[in-house]
This record gives sequence, structure tokens and C-alpha cells, in this order.
Amino acid sequence: MTSSSPGLAPDLAPKPPPGPAAVAAPAPAGPGGPRRRRSRRTTLRLLNALSIVGGVGVWWLLSLNGFQFPTPPEVVAKAVELWSNGTLVEDALASLGRVLTGFLLGSLAAVPIGFLMGWYTVARGLLEPWIQFFRTIPPLALLPLVLVLLGIGELPKVFVIFLAAFLACVISTYQGVVGVDRTLIDAARVLGAKDGTIFLTVVVPASTPFILVGMRVGLGSSWATLVAAELLAAQAGLGYRMQQAQLYYDIATIFVGIVVIGVLGLVMDRLLLLAETRLTGWQERR
Amino acid sequence: MTPMTPTTPTTPTAPTSTSTAKISVREVRKTFALRNEEFVALDGVSLDIADNEFVTVVGPSGCGKSTLMNILAGLEEPTSGHALVDGEEVSGPGPERGVIFQQYALFPWLSVRKNIEFGLKVSGLGRRERRERAEHFIRLVGLERFADALPKMLSGGMKQRCAIARAYAVDPSILLMDEPFGALDALTRVNLQEQLLDTWSREKRTVMFITHDVDEAVFLARRVVVMAARPGRIYDVVDVDLPYPRTEEVRLSPQFAALRNRVWHSVYHQEPASGRP
Repeated sequence: MTSSSPGLAPDLAPKPPPGPAAVAAPAPAGPGGPRRRRSRRTTLRLLNALSIVGGVGVWWLLSLNGFQFPTPPEVVAKAVELWSNGTLVEDALASLGRVLTGFLLGSLAAVPIGFLMGWYTVARGLLEPWIQFFRTIPPLALLPLVLVLLGIGELPKVFVIFLAAFLACVISTYQGVVGVDRTLIDAARVLGAKDGTIFLTVVVPASTPFILVGMRVGLGSSWATLVAAELLAAQAGLGYRMQQAQLYYDIATIFVGIVVIGVLGLVMDRLLLLAETRLTGWQERR
Repeated sequence: MTPMTPTTPTTPTAPTSTSTAKISVREVRKTFALRNEEFVALDGVSLDIADNEFVTVVGPSGCGKSTLMNILAGLEEPTSGHALVDGEEVSGPGPERGVIFQQYALFPWLSVRKNIEFGLKVSGLGRRERRERAEHFIRLVGLERFADALPKMLSGGMKQRCAIARAYAVDPSILLMDEPFGALDALTRVNLQEQLLDTWSREKRTVMFITHDVDEAVFLARRVVVMAARPGRIYDVVDVDLPYPRTEEVRLSPQFAALRNRVWHSVYHQEPASGRP
């Protein structure tokens, strides 16, 4: 993660390339001054808005010219309908519930196991082959097996999400612990700290940025896994709703599903980003 | 000009007798396995440092000066020989030996004040006493205005002052400093040298200060230990009989120049180890 400025894609925020954005900025202030930066920001925002409006416009044009898309007003109408009859809320809550349960359990398990692997050679030796092996398998590929073993209730879906979140977070935590600056540990030791204290006061805070990055990646892959799992086996949820809509050729509902999934994913990611900014603001960024 | 050769390279004369030495290094040897070769970082190093003495160690890279410091800090163990502090064998780090690292090693998630309090908290000191002690050392190094700032807000010089205060706060009787000013620009470095001596004169400690800068070595020390590489060993010991406080006047005096020349020769015109080609 390189950026912490909210509301912008992380890879865009730190240094906007001096392209048309900079040229268009009416910036009489000196180079790099706060005024110029602000105006550059406004320009970026304007371009963002322009891009969204333009995209929707293209969509509208396409749907009016023979494509099988519903028009934007049709999608909005569908969203209002699904909202007022309660299905949208019900589906969103079902999906959110699964994702949050799997994601939280996965991260909760990943942090101590990642620490164990980073701190104790024995734990690393025993756990690493399994984690490296399962990491290469998309959690969804385990779904058939999990369905056979755990039935078709909530458990198999939560389990694959758990796995997705766990694998992303455990690797990252482990790397964070292994990468803790040796001199910081030495500094704590010469100040009289013993292993337990060093772990809590040095290793944990030093690896927090890694844990949070792992959680963000884990959240992304949880969300992706969830929707796919619901497409395969569910009685409620956004993925399930889209799958049903597909059967009835109800493209408007599919569009609503896609937008809601995107918005919910974005909101959760921003919340984690916010936590990251608050918890790891001490980092020196070069 | 012929290079200075020490009369007895491996057993430099100690200013005090062994029994009263604060730090006593006896025939320390340290080897590392480097692929299949054995690398001799330290060979037959013996050195006594008296209580409240300021000793600098200078030498080319690979002479084992950092290894020697790490052994005294308890971060590494000698392959053979003894490292004694107050007559007792060093085993592991301890709060009576404060260490200052070249890379500052401040905890980046803690403010200046919390960094300085770290060692006090570890030792179980109460909150109020911690505050007071930290306050005293924040003032001592002149960081009052930055007490609640995070390390990322500080310049290199301020970071090192914070690290010095943190080491001082746990009240060590020995300060081990590993090229603490090595990463700073020349002006800041001169400033910090003077501040360090000022701090030291008010809060006397036994100091072993490692550097690669001959000027710095002579300016700070009562005694300069010159080391040589391949194998790492003590090559020369130079007494610096200049008065403290060391002012700019001292730094620009002909006596200082003469001593610096002497140390310079010892560092830059070393003869290879005897018995080796």
C-alpha cells in the first residue's frame, strides 16, 4: 500500500502523473505549493466524475442501440423495486453475514498462526508446506469437496471464505514478523526487554502494516469467493439472486447485483484503509 | 615517513590496573563461518577501559570494531576469550550497558517521549516516575519541543539525540556507541559531538564510541584505539592528553592536529599482520 488518501484509488493518489490533469489546473502558485496540489486534486476529482458520467452515457447509448442491456433508469427502477420488497436488503445481509463471518474468523486465526510461523522455527517448518500448498489452490476449487463433506448449508460457504481470508492474511503476517528490523529487536533487548515483551512491544506493532495489508487482500478474495460460492449453492444472497435472474433473463437484476457487490466491497475496503491509516500512520513513506 | 608501530600491538598498556577496569576484554577471538572459509573478525583482542573513561575505536571496515561492541553489548558471544564488565563475564544484554546504534533504532510507532520511556517501562517503573525521568533526559538533549512527535518528523540529528536520551534514561554505567553520527552530515556531526561531550561531562559514563572518522575519534576521546583488519585486532592505542571541555579552540589547536596526524597514520598506513605475506 502506498497511499492513504481516502477516496482515491491507492495507486493513483501519491503522485498524479503530470499529464492533462496538471496542464488543465489553473495553478498560479509556485510548483508543488499547497494551492497547486489542491487544484490538481480538484482536477482529478472532476476527471473522475467526468469518467463516471461518460461511462454511464456510453452504457445508455449502447442499450438504446440494440444491445441487450437495460437502460440506467430501468436498472434504478429495478433497484428501487428490489429494495422496497425487501429482497435486496435480505440478499445483501445474507452475503455480508457470510463474508464477515468467514473473513473475521480467517483473519483472527491467521494472525496468531502467522506470528507463530515467524517467531518459532519449529512452527514454520511444520506449517509452511501446507500453507504454501493451499495457497496455490483457489479456495473455490475446494468447494465441491467441501459441499460433499459439509452439506449445502451455511457452513461450506463460510468455510471457503474463511480459507480465502486466512491464506491471504497468514502469509502477510508471517512475512511481517520475519521482516521486523533486527536493530529494533536489539534495541529493545539492550533496554532490558525479554522475549515476551519484545514480541508484544516490538514485533506486533512492527508487523501491523503487513497484517492490515493481508487483511485487505483477504477481504478482496473473501468477497470474490463468496459471490462465486453463492452462484453454485445458496438459497439467498446477492450471487444467488443474480443466478436466479439469469434463469429468467432478468438482466436489470443482474446489473443491480453487480453494482451492490461493487459498492459493498468498496465500502469495506475503505473502512480497512481507514484503520490502516490510523494504525500505521507512523510509517516513514519514501 | 615510517608508519607508527605499536610497541605491543596485542596488549596495549592500560591506564589503570585490571582490577579497577570498568570494561576488560581479555584475548577475545571471534570467527565466522563464511561459506567454507573461516573469517577472523577479532583475533587476540585485549583492552581495558577505566570507569568514566571516554574511549573511541577507529579502524578500516572489516577490523571487527562493531563485533567488539556487540560482544560487550551481549548481542554476540566471543568464540574464545573473555569480555568482563565490572569484573563479571558478559552474558546477554543488560540495562547497565546502553547501546546507541548507527541507524538510530527508534521505535517508529512511539513518540520521542514514549521511546525514551521504553526502557523504564520494561524495568517496571511507575507511570509518574517514568514521566519525570523521561522529561529530564528530553531536556538534557534539547528535544522539549518534539517530545510528542513521532520519529518520522525528526531530522537525523534529532533522532540520534532521542536515541542517546533513551539510552541514558535507564541509567547505564556504560554507553556503547556504534558509529552513531556516521549517517549525519558534517555540520550536524560536529554539533552532536559537542553536545555529546556536554551531556557526558554532566552525566559521566564509561563510553566506548566506534567511528570511522579520525577527527571525531580524536576530538571525543581520552584514548583512541586503532584497529586493523584481516585479522581484526588492536593496532595502536593513542592517548589524547587534551583538556576537557573540548572547545573549538582545542579542535583547531596544533596539539590536536599532531594527534590527528598520528592517528591518521595508524589508520591509513597499517602494516600487514605479522607472520602473513
